[in-house]
Amino acid sequence: MARIFAYITHKSGVADDSAAELAAAARKIDASASPTAIVIGAGSELDSVCSTLLSLYAEVWKISSEAFAHPNAELIRKALVKLLPTGSMVLVAHEHFGIDLAPGLSIKLDAAFVSDVVGIDGLEGSSLKLVRQEFGGQVSAHVHCDISGGAVVSVRPGAFKPLPSTAGDGAVVDKSSEVGVLSAGRRFIETVVAEAGDVDITKHAVLVSIGRGIQEKDNLGIAQDLADALGAAVSCSRPVVDAKWLEKSRQVGSSGKTVKPKVYLACGISGAFQHLAGIKGNPFIVAINKNPKAPIFQVADIGIVDDILEFLPELTNKVREMRGVTAK
Amino acid sequence: MLEGSQSHAQLTAWLEQGRVLFLLIHLLGVAGFAYIVARRLIPLFRAERDLRFDQPLARLHKALKFWLGQWKHPRYPTAGTLHILFFAGFILLAMRAFTVLIVGVSPAFVMPGLSGEAGRVYEVITDYAATVVFFCMVIAIVRRLVFKPARYEVPAKFGKAHKADAVFLLALIAILMVADSLFEAAKAAGQAQAGQPVAFAAVLSLPWLLTIALTSTSLPTIGGFYFAGYLLHEVTFYFLLCYRPFGIQFHVETSLFNVYFGRLNKGTLKPVKWGVRDEQLDQVKSFGVKTFEDFTWKHMLDFYSCADCGRCSDNCPANAVGRPLSPRFLTIKARDYAFQHYPMFGKPGNGQALIGSIYSEDEIWSCTTCGACEEECPLLVEYIDKIVDLRRGMVDDGNVPQSLQKPLKALESRGNPYGKMEKKKADWANGKEFQQVCRVKTLDHKNGADTLYFVDSITAYDDRMQSIGRATAKILDHLGENFGILGAAEKDSGHEVRRFGEETLFMALRDHNTEAIQASGVTRIVTADPHAYNALKHDYRDMPPVEHISQVLAREVKSGKLKFNPVENDGKVYTYHDPCYLGRHNQIYDDPRAVLDSIPGLKRVEMKRSRDRSFCCGGGGLMLFYEPKEEQRIGVKRVQMAADAGANVIVTACPFCMVNIEDAIKVAGLEGKMTAIDLAELADQQIALLALKADGVPEIQQECVTRR
Amino acid sequence: MEILVCIRRVPDTSENEITLNADRTDIEREELVYSINEPDNYAVEEALQIVARCGGNVTVVTVGGEDDEEVLRREMAMGANHGVLLSDDVFGGSDGRGLATILKTFVRKGNYDLILTGVQAEDGGAQVGGMLAAMLDYPFASLVNSIEVGQGKKLKISREIEGGNKEISEIDLPCVLSIQTGINEPRYVGMRGIRAVASVPVPIYGAADLALDPGSVGATAARVKRVDYFLPTLGGGAEMLTGSREENAERVLELVAAKGGLK
Repeated sequence: MARIFAYITHKSGVADDSAAELAAAARKIDASASPTAIVIGAGSELDSVCSTLLSLYAEVWKISSEAFAHPNAELIRKALVKLLPTGSMVLVAHEHFGIDLAPGLSIKLDAAFVSDVVGIDGLEGSSLKLVRQEFGGQVSAHVHCDISGGAVVSVRPGAFKPLPSTAGDGAVVDKSSEVGVLSAGRRFIETVVAEAGDVDITKHAVLVSIGRGIQEKDNLGIAQDLADALGAAVSCSRPVVDAKWLEKSRQVGSSGKTVKPKVYLACGISGAFQHLAGIKGNPFIVAINKNPKAPIFQVADIGIVDDILEFLPELTNKVREMRGVTAK
Repeated sequence: MLEGSQSHAQLTAWLEQGRVLFLLIHLLGVAGFAYIVARRLIPLFRAERDLRFDQPLARLHKALKFWLGQWKHPRYPTAGTLHILFFAGFILLAMRAFTVLIVGVSPAFVMPGLSGEAGRVYEVITDYAATVVFFCMVIAIVRRLVFKPARYEVPAKFGKAHKADAVFLLALIAILMVADSLFEAAKAAGQAQAGQPVAFAAVLSLPWLLTIALTSTSLPTIGGFYFAGYLLHEVTFYFLLCYRPFGIQFHVETSLFNVYFGRLNKGTLKPVKWGVRDEQLDQVKSFGVKTFEDFTWKHMLDFYSCADCGRCSDNCPANAVGRPLSPRFLTIKARDYAFQHYPMFGKPGNGQALIGSIYSEDEIWSCTTCGACEEECPLLVEYIDKIVDLRRGMVDDGNVPQSLQKPLKALESRGNPYGKMEKKKADWANGKEFQQVCRVKTLDHKNGADTLYFVDSITAYDDRMQSIGRATAKILDHLGENFGILGAAEKDSGHEVRRFGEETLFMALRDHNTEAIQASGVTRIVTADPHAYNALKHDYRDMPPVEHISQVLAREVKSGKLKFNPVENDGKVYTYHDPCYLGRHNQIYDDPRAVLDSIPGLKRVEMKRSRDRSFCCGGGGLMLFYEPKEEQRIGVKRVQMAADAGANVIVTACPFCMVNIEDAIKVAGLEGKMTAIDLAELADQQIALLALKADGVPEIQQECVTRR
Repeated sequence: MEILVCIRRVPDTSENEITLNADRTDIEREELVYSINEPDNYAVEEALQIVARCGGNVTVVTVGGEDDEEVLRREMAMGANHGVLLSDDVFGGSDGRGLATILKTFVRKGNYDLILTGVQAEDGGAQVGGMLAAMLDYPFASLVNSIEVGQGKKLKISREIEGGNKEISEIDLPCVLSIQTGINEPRYVGMRGIRAVASVPVPIYGAADLALDPGSVGATAARVKRVDYFLPTLGGGAEMLTGSREENAERVLELVAAKGGLK
């Protein structure tokens, strides 16, 4: 069995949540394996990341260099190719950095590549048995991957229950010197932070989140009424922003905001994983959708098959009744 | 006209010294006018063809009714009356004007047929006519400056106000009348001074008043006024003649032609290019109107003929809610473009793209094609064809809003804008409970019928509108009709696809449906959807006769076959909303009302804007997908009109009206106070299942009629 | 600039109900409506806009069979100058790496400054673009939502990262970019446009034309194989409420209040 590595992303000295999920995924591939975490970056922040990772991984490889002050997938790939033994298995999180890094990495390592894995059924010889989804999550597929030459596997964030931290006695290995001077055809310039909107959805405990099911801009009032009644905020999924009905600052998802509310009402949202990736902290999710097959029902706590344009006003009335406010 | 050669000689003498001048003015004026009109005609020769020379008798009838008869003018009573008065005045004054003009050069001239007694009578009539015209001008000027009717205002985005120019022209006409009156008055005063008996019977007319003022002055002074009056008349006349083609007054010259060449049929659209058959369209390089020269000559004539009265925009639902469209300015901007790019001197320029320069995309997509503008225009200026042509141009260039691309793509791949599967088209009729009450057969090679019920997309697929389908089926069943539906073989009628400029997709839908309908062997089509009705009637060819369900109901009510139960006395006040494609475009106003009025106990009120002045609900088909910039929803305005009329139930006969109105009721906050119901639903609800047998004994009719 | 856009014909998820066929080896394809993969369409529009600004040509290429030609024609109707179909029996069953290999051999036949793909296909893994770039040793960037053509052989690009933020980078040409939806507003293509390009020839290249070793692609070379499809357990996660609308609303309110959802 080849060595398993997990590439860990981090921000401001904090390891990404996926670190624990990748550790869990590695366990599912091979329960006896001892995966190695790889952390690449610059400065002292890197050290705090490494030390927290020791509670999840027996060994942590640290590569620190000013060249890696901002994560550049091109440079990092070159570094990994230098460091990784032939036939390794590398796990990455399937988010914007993983999407950038993993496919090219698999080619340079001459390893197999499977992306956006949501389940691991185990290893049979050199055949890794995985589960993926297709068609917007409407169907799942059993996939076999030949890992005899190594493999790069990107894992869907949130698909694996995070491994609990343990008091580790592992070690951080500094591999910075083995990387050498690297250059790439792509160079980071700057990060442009999204404009702050009128409402900061990350600060709300209750979110009324709307998707395509709201059908048109004029119906937004229905969601706002409910949000007002509940003391909540209105957030949304990507299609609502693409249609320019709400500003980007209201979008929950992998390319939008990450929220950690107590209660999340998913109204007319299909449940594509890019959206779900923005919901953390395991809130109480109520899903309302006309389509009984919508993937959202797989992750929600409560599901209702109904038209949100009819159900939300009903719910708003109930809330107002309870609060003793007469319906308008 | 004058008795006595003495006076005649006198008058001639007063004008003598001006003869050369007058002749010169004649020449300059006529030559100038001819040159100006020739320049104005240039773009029409570069324009697309338009076949308007057919059916001369029908066109003559239009000219008599709408031009001479001023048929549309009274729709705005004050302005209408004023216009009828001074239009009549102009017609009457025409010959007098010509006589006066010629007299300056040929003093003995008398208009043939107007010598002697006839001439005297004519003179009296025209004295009053000139007076009336004068006072109409004064009133019009006061109206413009003091009362300022809203429809004349120019919103800032459309440029500066037209008021100064309007007042200037009105004043000039008034001056023309004064000049003419002064001339006549001086003539009569001169005669009086010379001791001639003056046969002046037009008491209290303007010339009469001026005559009194002049009688006491000296003869040379009168002579002076005579000359001045003449010169003023001639100069003003020719100034107006040459100035008119530079503004809205050009309609004086073009109106007769514009009305004569006006559209003879309603409801349909011009082809992509006149004279090019469908099969030849693949060879056409460019579809639609992209540059000014892509308009037809008749469209250009429309631009010249607009009188800037604002009646179109005043009735336009898109304009009423603040969408970028104002029909009046669609025309005025095009006219200004023509004036700018085809100037009096210099090379005419052409070829500039209209969208992005004088028109914005949203302006053109905002139109619901309701036809209120065309219904209102006294000069029969056309709008829908131009909007559709502009849309054809945008579609050809790929310039379609993202919100419309999705339903268009769904129409192409699935035959309906919702993207729902073909096999589900008949699901509305296949519910178990409904099938117990009414079985609807799908026509195929095994099952035929006399009548096709054409359901169309929204009624078939929309959860709410499916009830209209079921109600219609039950009505046909109750009436014993042998009918069926096409089911999955039926695609969208394509009515809005065509009106949104996607002619190619429309033809594909039309050809598919035509084949299916002809293969089914039906001899008659019934539909509850006015858009489908209009498409099958006007856009499709070689179809069996088409009826709307309201026509079927009205006929059976009249024959006594259909009877309704009385409505409960529960305080419901009904009002009927005329759908645009049933009412204005197809003139079906009375049948739905007859049906409602035959329901015992039904209290019905009429909204102020009803029949051909009905206010569009907001539009159907693809318009439901378009996201306009507006201050308010069109439907909300309509619902408020119903409330203002004292109604609490709106009855309509179109599924798109139903969508917009029910939606508007919610948005307007009138839930619980206002409801909406479709005519078919109401009729089905109230159908009396008791019919009298020949001997007057009630017999219970079969409720469930099975057909196989 | 010579731009190559790799496109794919996929079932249109928004207009189809995806069900499985009898033996679960594939989805039921009989009544499916197919169209171009949405992100690929954005990529073609972006290419057309770049070429309109800077001059050049846009070529669209796909790997598939004769059914796939229709998406090539659609993009040509949109404005692409050339369309190419890479088709051969031995390509069947290729995994992502196989597809990238095939595309690589085609790229080597030409001289392209810029290669675009869509970020992901409906039935894909967001991989072909990155793999192709690595095989060609071209720089790569994914999730691109803005492209600015700079001086010299460079582009300034923006990538979509978390929180709605954008990562701005400079990238050397030739390069490969995977394009995210929303980068532009694709123009409309109707039946008329497609008919106008109906007779434009679309060359077909097979393994031999591309000098491709059949053993490196297709099912035999695939290291990742889909074994079967299955439907995720419906509503498996959620407790589905089955009462009337009013009852459901009451229950939801009850639960939300219990979870501290009412301030």
